[in-house]
Amino acid sequence: MTDDSAIRIALVVPDLLGTYGDRGNALVLAQRLRWRGYRAEIVTVLSSAETLPDSCDIYLLGGGEDVAQQAAVNFLARGDGLRRAVNAGAVVLGVCGGLQVLGTSFTTGDGATHHGLGLIDISTEPGPNRAIGELSTRSEEHGLGLLTGFENHLGRSTVGPAARPLGRVLHGIGNGSEDTEGAVSGRVVCTYLHGPALARNPALADTMLSWAVGEPLSELAPFPELTELRTERARAAG
Amino acid sequence: MTNTTRRSERSEPTGQSQQDAPSAPDPGQRWRVVSARRARRADVLSRLRTGTALAAGRLATTTSRSLRLGSGGIIGGRVALALQPDLLTRLVVDKRIVVITGTNGKTTTTHMVAQALRAGGASVSNATGANMLDGHVAALMAEPRAPYASLEVDELHLAQLTDRFQPSVILLLNLSRDQLDRVGEIRSVEASLRRALRQAPGARVVANADDPNIVSVAADHPHVTWVSGGCRWKHDALNCPRCGAFLGELDGAWECVCGLRRPNADWTVDAGGLTAPDGTSERLSLPLPGQVNRVNATFALAAAAALDIPRTEALDRIRRLRDASGRYEHTTMAGHDVRLLLAKNPASWLEMLDLVAENDRPLILVVNSRQADGHDVSWLWDIEFERLVGRKVVVTGERALDLAVRLRYAEVNCEIATNVQRALHSATIGDSADSVEIIANYTAFRDLFAKRQQH
Repeated sequence: MTDDSAIRIALVVPDLLGTYGDRGNALVLAQRLRWRGYRAEIVTVLSSAETLPDSCDIYLLGGGEDVAQQAAVNFLARGDGLRRAVNAGAVVLGVCGGLQVLGTSFTTGDGATHHGLGLIDISTEPGPNRAIGELSTRSEEHGLGLLTGFENHLGRSTVGPAARPLGRVLHGIGNGSEDTEGAVSGRVVCTYLHGPALARNPALADTMLSWAVGEPLSELAPFPELTELRTERARAAG
Repeated sequence: MTNTTRRSERSEPTGQSQQDAPSAPDPGQRWRVVSARRARRADVLSRLRTGTALAAGRLATTTSRSLRLGSGGIIGGRVALALQPDLLTRLVVDKRIVVITGTNGKTTTTHMVAQALRAGGASVSNATGANMLDGHVAALMAEPRAPYASLEVDELHLAQLTDRFQPSVILLLNLSRDQLDRVGEIRSVEASLRRALRQAPGARVVANADDPNIVSVAADHPHVTWVSGGCRWKHDALNCPRCGAFLGELDGAWECVCGLRRPNADWTVDAGGLTAPDGTSERLSLPLPGQVNRVNATFALAAAAALDIPRTEALDRIRRLRDASGRYEHTTMAGHDVRLLLAKNPASWLEMLDLVAENDRPLILVVNSRQADGHDVSWLWDIEFERLVGRKVVVTGERALDLAVRLRYAEVNCEIATNVQRALHSATIGDSADSVEIIANYTAFRDLFAKRQQH
């Protein structure tokens, strides 16, 4: 059922990209909208769908294994709904495998290089070992400040001239090139932060929501367990 | 069916297995020609070495226990293995061994299998959950003459085991996302298990027909018995494990374009009872709760059947199990009646939330993130905690804050407690119900179980 006035949040092929609690980002966005009196609808698009609809306001791509990642690119390239949505101003978050899928190219563990969707200027190659652990960064973008999460990836990514890093690594690996983490370009954001990212970082969630809604959002009363969690995790990251 | 090992027989004077040699083994060379006298001498030396290893291992176990360092299972096995690296292949000779692996239900099923096998004779087991090589050696050396063994095996260690000997029966329970930062992704676990089965062509494999990842592991093995008990957690089975094509909802038959398909089940089990390969049906009521345990019991019965142990006797013994290393145990903590439940990944949380939905007792949730749990707790967001709206919930453990944030977004009111004692206090305040459910993840559960054993 479609609700015309609701903000539509697409959970993109969670059967392929969704191994690390990535569904949580959709839950967080929908709930932060509802708490403010907006209507929100989560649209789950499985890889069995014909194509990805271009009519959603926010698109979320999570992490996945190599084979699943390639299958996700194949699905998303079909119909090109995501590109049309981005050109029309939709907000996109790609996490981990999602970052690599949104970028220009990625090389998988077997040495094969694949085209990404090219929706943001970032490319990925395998690193010498898996980056696993707490990751904390500081972002100058949109006053986001401290971003925390958990990373688990082999890829090392390089941000090209058409995008900016999302943050600078304080602790952890991140993109693994210089001290950058993630990338942002227009309303396309990508990151290696799991946790999920928007559960750990409400400022990032609200920035994306204000883009989607098209107006500044009212402040939500911060809940103490989230503030404490951010402090605890930043300390755990060292 | 007996185990065949690579150990040489004394009647082969000109050949000696590489593993029998006391010198460092060369993995590339399995046989070499030696003189009969030298072979006999090496064999005697090796037997002496085995005896010494067993004695030293037992001493380490007793010492560890008397110093209250633990159950001593792992250290005893480790010491014995250090002295005789070939110990495992020696201990399994002439034994009928059932190995149990999968993401969830290993420990409980291992207990059930051990019980069922006792209908045939003495059986040993690593039922405390020490599920790698040293734990197996420790279990086997506890009673070297027992004709049966029921061994739980970590998913990534089955290949190591089948590289050393052929078990009689291999149980493959299920495969789902679990501790991704430690174990790795399902595809690599699936590949490792498939390799393990290729090394055990003589074993009888009992496998879950409703789990596509398990079907992919077992489909090419020559001797498979298929068990069907449904597939509750579907999020790791939406796509074909072999080719990635979408499989769809898995209630009933499925078939992938690449040819992988759901096999016909030999054993089926649901709330109504079980149907065996001979077509007979019977009710299956167990002290252990839920469909999850009916499925575990069916696996144990299939293992027993493969070893010609009569089903009625096996089932009679399985029915005597009231808990499995503390799982599902009713106990008393700080004066309150408590049921202990273990849940360590989205699939097992789903099963445990099903169980606690049968009552409205206060609920304590405990989540840690140590090495054995996995450091990443993002999986909390894969669990539908929304089901707990309206229930009294207290959270504790090292990751209580992550859990509290997750519950906040699910609009479940919860209290945060600094430890389980305080959580029990909070959970029972102003509540007439004195009975509490505790769901804890791996190390949190282990700590609770150890504490309640000291009482």
